[in-house]
Amino acid sequence: MLEALTPLGLTEPQTVTIGRFTIIERGDVALASLATRRTRQADVSACAAKAGIPLPAPGRHATGTLAAFWLAPQMWMIEVPFAQADIRADLLAIFGDAASITEQTDAWVRFDLSAPDLIPLLERLSNFDLGRATEGTATRSVIDHLGCYLIKHGPCDITLYGPRSSAQTLHHALSVAANSLL
Amino acid sequence: MTQTNRIQGGQIDRSQSLRFHFDGQPYLGHPGDTLASALLANGVRLMGRSFKYHRPRGVISAGSEEPNALVELRSGARQEPNTRATVAELFDGLSARSQNRWPSLRFDAMAINDRFSNFLTAGFYYKTFMWPAAFWEKLYEPIIRRAAGLGSLSRLEDPDTYDKGFLHCDLLIIGAGPAGLQAALTAGRSGARVILADEDFRMGGRLNAETLALGDQSGADWAAGAVAELASLANVRLLARTTILGAFDHGIYSAVERVSDHLAQPLPGRPRQTLWRIYSQRALLTAGATERPIPFENNDRPGVMLAGALRAYANRWGVAVGQRVAVFTNNDDGLRTARDLAAKGVDVVAVIDPREGGDLLPGIRHLRGAEVVDCAGRLGLTSITIRDAKGRLETLACDALGTSGGWNPNLNIASHHRSQPAWSEALAAFIPGQGGPLGLTSAGAAAGLFSTHACLVSGDASARAALESLGFTATAQALPQAEDAPVAIKPHWYVHSGKGRAWVDPQNDVTIKDIKLAHQENFAGIEHLKRYTTLGMGTDQGKTGNVIGLAVMAELTGQSIPQTGTTTYRPPYTPVALGALAGRGRGQDFKPKRLTPSHKWATEQGAVFVEVGYWLRSQWLPRAGETTWRQSVDREVLQTRKSVGICDVTTLGKIDIQGTDAGAFLDRVYANTFSTLAIGKCRYGLMLREDGMVFDDGTTARMGEHEYIMTTTTANAVNVFRHLEFCRQCLWPDLDVQLISTTEAWAQYSVAGPNARKLLQKLVDQDISNVAFPFMAAGEITVQGTRARLFRISFSGELAFEIAMPTSYGDALIRALVAAGQEFDVVVYGTETLGVLRIEKGHVAGNELNGQSTALNMGLGKMVSTKKDAIGTALSRRVGLTRDTGLRLVGVKPVDPDNSMQAGSHFLKTGAAATALNDDGWLTSTVYSPHLGHYIALGYLKNGTARIGERMRVVNLLNQTEVAVEIVSPHFIDPTGERLRA
Amino acid sequence: MIIDHPLLGPRDAQEFVYLGDASLISRPNGMTATLEEMHGYAYLRDNPAGLHRELWYHEQGDRSWLVVTRNTLSHEISKVELARDVARALGRSK
Repeated sequence: MLEALTPLGLTEPQTVTIGRFTIIERGDVALASLATRRTRQADVSACAAKAGIPLPAPGRHATGTLAAFWLAPQMWMIEVPFAQADIRADLLAIFGDAASITEQTDAWVRFDLSAPDLIPLLERLSNFDLGRATEGTATRSVIDHLGCYLIKHGPCDITLYGPRSSAQTLHHALSVAANSLL
Repeated sequence: MTQTNRIQGGQIDRSQSLRFHFDGQPYLGHPGDTLASALLANGVRLMGRSFKYHRPRGVISAGSEEPNALVELRSGARQEPNTRATVAELFDGLSARSQNRWPSLRFDAMAINDRFSNFLTAGFYYKTFMWPAAFWEKLYEPIIRRAAGLGSLSRLEDPDTYDKGFLHCDLLIIGAGPAGLQAALTAGRSGARVILADEDFRMGGRLNAETLALGDQSGADWAAGAVAELASLANVRLLARTTILGAFDHGIYSAVERVSDHLAQPLPGRPRQTLWRIYSQRALLTAGATERPIPFENNDRPGVMLAGALRAYANRWGVAVGQRVAVFTNNDDGLRTARDLAAKGVDVVAVIDPREGGDLLPGIRHLRGAEVVDCAGRLGLTSITIRDAKGRLETLACDALGTSGGWNPNLNIASHHRSQPAWSEALAAFIPGQGGPLGLTSAGAAAGLFSTHACLVSGDASARAALESLGFTATAQALPQAEDAPVAIKPHWYVHSGKGRAWVDPQNDVTIKDIKLAHQENFAGIEHLKRYTTLGMGTDQGKTGNVIGLAVMAELTGQSIPQTGTTTYRPPYTPVALGALAGRGRGQDFKPKRLTPSHKWATEQGAVFVEVGYWLRSQWLPRAGETTWRQSVDREVLQTRKSVGICDVTTLGKIDIQGTDAGAFLDRVYANTFSTLAIGKCRYGLMLREDGMVFDDGTTARMGEHEYIMTTTTANAVNVFRHLEFCRQCLWPDLDVQLISTTEAWAQYSVAGPNARKLLQKLVDQDISNVAFPFMAAGEITVQGTRARLFRISFSGELAFEIAMPTSYGDALIRALVAAGQEFDVVVYGTETLGVLRIEKGHVAGNELNGQSTALNMGLGKMVSTKKDAIGTALSRRVGLTRDTGLRLVGVKPVDPDNSMQAGSHFLKTGAAATALNDDGWLTSTVYSPHLGHYIALGYLKNGTARIGERMRVVNLLNQTEVAVEIVSPHFIDPTGERLRA
Repeated sequence: MIIDHPLLGPRDAQEFVYLGDASLISRPNGMTATLEEMHGYAYLRDNPAGLHRELWYHEQGDRSWLVVTRNTLSHEISKVELARDVARALGRSK
């Protein structure tokens, strides 16, 4: 069997704590994009509703049986616990030919950030207005030149998806920002 | 040394002493001091030398407008030139040096320039160094460069770091004087998100420098109370030591926060400064006003200062700049200086007031209708000469003179969108005009409202107006009682007497005479005046001098001041360190890194990496004993062609294209046809721009009825995706096609060479024989049970496959491939070998895909289908692009196999002179072919296809090389493609 | 600048890539158009001092192409539309 590595190039996901900030690398979530095929919007909605998959509005993340966040018009990213395995096959079974489904698990590195107050960290990284954003906001944002997805679960709890090949750069940027707030 | 000039009072902490050095001399100051206030407290008036004449100079202001007191702060790698002593916050151990002098501040050899001032007038450089032209580069420029400049750089790398960040607010308030503080209180109490920024380390603005009361408190105490309340509000962000640098579109402002400048060095991890990008819904400019002097002969001597600064040093810092002080003012505000200093027991020898009539100051010698016409004291003021209302001259001994010609509202930020300031006759000053940055209003002194009462009222009202326009409910606040004196001023732009020089811009040594000369030589337009004389072009950007300069020009031209106009206000408001603009983006952190899936393994092998965009790719992988890159590359090439080689090709862009119209979509974005491609097959595709030039190429595989995987070149991955989205959304919005990038999701390796199949078959669970998996096949496979993809495509010309696995298995896959290849003596090769292999095969790449080449140029003309409309096909058929005489891709080899060739060399017929007229094309790619044992090249040659076999020259005029060559087919290896299909 | 994205609200223009004149939506059919029409489409642009309809791509966002109506003198943005809607309104389909 071939052995998989995490985006940071190790065998296990890393958790780093810097001052009051914790950066948790997550390796237990599988991802796939789901895009509605033209004229199949109603079918996709029906299939999603039946399977308990939320299809949130623009700029939003939602959790049902599975979780999902909005990527683009008529396109979402579906989050599935990795242990449940073949995400594309599973979603194809649900949506059939009503949607285009592409596995995205290995395209991203996921970091969950937590701290009593994440605004000082985020304001050094991204133009995202964390203070004003409501819980469940999901947006693309640029961090250190890298296009990332940023999901606000709560005032102390954020998920970041960044391009996998730049996982080390992104982790470094997060660490530097946290260090400048010690 | 003792603080001889320190007097009672002020907002300094006398319980602590801070040691500091200036030009090597030790001094003491207190927390709350600036370097300027501490030097003045110690009796140091001489702080620098001027730019051109090297005249002795002292501080003239108490703020960021300071033109004179520029010092080199700190030492070693932290040395910072041109730091204004007036804003440098004192810390224990601070060291500073004066600059622009040699060998010492008191004796400066370059002061000889002052004796030649008749020659060094405006336009001197333009007139003197014009000819002979040849002298400029070798003679004039080096001399000027040596003499020019103010401070010096350490030339050491800055050891500190700088952060960048983003802030959001409903209301940004720029300046924390009475208007700004009141606006922040009003807005903060309403619940709006407020940012209050002030360049000073102590908020309060002029309230800290005046003795005026607010209600039953001193101004400084009221300010401190306001700051304390604001600090307690969660919705208010106080940014002290923060300068708003400029206004940008739609409520965006930039600011630099000096996080650690007041410390000897930053705390661990902390930045020196932070550059903020502030997104505001509304902004309020409450930046106060800057006083201007009244130029008179020799007015640049140390000890001649702005009247408001003299008062600020006394009131805020407890410093009497002189023992005997005079005041020269044309307005009532200047009289406050005399009153405050006298109240503090300083000897005020006279107030010289050019205005006729009016009340006299009680208990002070107040000369109405008088002027200061000259002064004396080489290294510091010793006396002034005054002319009274009757024309009598009198010399008065004094060691400090405060001058006030009125106050200019700090309207820079309001004018950053080229809004023209408006002229106020009542204030004799410009005030913010119409049409400034959208969402920005001005209040307080910045709006020309100079009384404390007016500042509070306008701050409160402006904040409410801004918030109400955003839907907040803001209530009018009870305001403390404050002075409401009217502005009483009579313009007195300069003293019209004497033959000597009167300085308008002391930093750049621009005098009234220079302005007159500029006018005389017809550089009368205000922007011309600026460039010709350098008025306002120093580090202070003319904050004290510009309005005087244009008033003088107005007088000379007979135009009004508003007709004369101002120069353009541009960011930044005050100088910014380049480090702050760079932020963390320097050295290794200049840009992000993208690591390929084989990066960890390649690092272990000692691979040499090359930057390709953000990617780091293996360039070659040296083995023990190899000392040059060519040895490694030759080995990699030969072994690949002989047995098998592996290359990480993950960096190629991958785009997942699905939908019932995916095939039709591809037919429109590729010049050739894809809708007919069989499932489980891939095809080389050529993508054109609309103008008919080749945009990109790559292979696209059909994985299902409505599923394709497109590959792009590494360089164009982002551009192609953007283009496809444009086509999908803007051109054919109803095609059923969905796109997503999968570049990052898959690790992909090329396995090429005669033993490629044997190697792969050891790992792949399915049959990949030539029958089961023929040339150009594509399919889903498994590798030891884990899902993967296989494509039988070749860039090298060999039997080759590209195998892809989810990126997390990329490291395991390279290790498995190398292990499985042991028996074949497999090599892993980098981008250099990739280049050699493709040039040997005659495949085009970036050098040929240069944005000005068509498919026809590349020998791929037949790929452009005439049966369908695809992007670029129509214009690719233009007559000018399809002539037989046009450029065609050819192969090139040297006649003498020992000769090398250089890319960029041009084709010339044998015997033709090396002129543009005879140019027949150029070499695009050259490389040493270890397989052939000599250099080979690809090139674009006019009518090239018909010239195979012709002997020519390739000439490189830059490197002075010329090589005799023979034109050959671009396919040096296996022209019939037998190896690919083996 | 701030572009008020029809789906996502105000976003910094730094997140976008600029293409230019929105007339690029009106691409002639290459099989039927004259060479002059194709040439005009590919090369000729208006350069107004004032209102300009232009294409912006939200590359660091949701990848929507937008038609932004911007005053080139003041940078005031008076309208932002999804380019797909504009294209459909112009009769573009498949």
